Amino acid sequence: MVAQNAFFGFFAAVAVVSAIRVVTTRNVVHAALYLVLVLGSVGATYLLLAAEFVAVVQLLVYIGAIVVLFLFGVMLTRAQIGPELDLDNGQRGIAALVALGLGGLLTYALIDAFRDQELPGLSDADVAARSAGDVADSIFSTYLIPFEVVSVLLLAALVGAIVLARRD
Amino acid sequence: MLVNQFLLLGAALFCIGVYGVLARRNGVLVLMSIELILNSVNINLVALGSLHGGDAAIAGQVFALFVITIAAAEVGVGLAIVLLIYRNRRDVDLDEINLMKG
Repeated sequence: MVAQNAFFGFFAAVAVVSAIRVVTTRNVVHAALYLVLVLGSVGATYLLLAAEFVAVVQLLVYIGAIVVLFLFGVMLTRAQIGPELDLDNGQRGIAALVALGLGGLLTYALIDAFRDQELPGLSDADVAARSAGDVADSIFSTYLIPFEVVSVLLLAALVGAIVLARRD
Repeated sequence: MLVNQFLLLGAALFCIGVYGVLARRNGVLVLMSIELILNSVNINLVALGSLHGGDAAIAGQVFALFVITIAAAEVGVGLAIVLLIYRNRRDVDLDEINLMKG
């Protein structure tokens, strides 16, 4: 239990600090690289919840594909590699106020609702019952129609992105 | 482990993402902040599923996978739009895009 908490604390701290750097850094490329740290740490916390398939998909899809897409976006929209001063608009004060207010509200609501409710301890049987095979069974039986819809959505997004981005 | 550990991590990432969406003017950075928000939702889905156990744990994971898929689609289309804006204006400053403002 202590080891789990230490593991969680380390990755939670990395995630929060890197996330703050993503929204405050002056360098777009650094923001993309800090995003990798956030996504990796979130993937590590999925492991603690015995969601190893989600953790692997997080690494493959987010870090493998989405961050590369972001880096391409940075490359294609701006040749400048280095710090820039005009990445923020004039709403930083209000934005910080909104974020802190929302954070306070959410923290209060969550602590009020869940207090120190423990996650059920995971027995070996629990971990086995949440394996990738069971997730796949569930996707291809209970959630078959949403799965098909989401694949059509992905196709539509692909076609849309190509139509938008091609030059003619 | 406390369920609140995970939910509070999700809340913190959500608020940081909201700050990024509000305070950034570069289109690519706004999309990155939206990714932070979607990630916080995924943490909540998996953690609350794990709290209830059994079928709910699987359901939470499946919904998290759907959210990851939709995030990929959103980034694809979003970056294509940002690219188009850049091509037309030589800039991705969202404050300057006010053509449709009434």
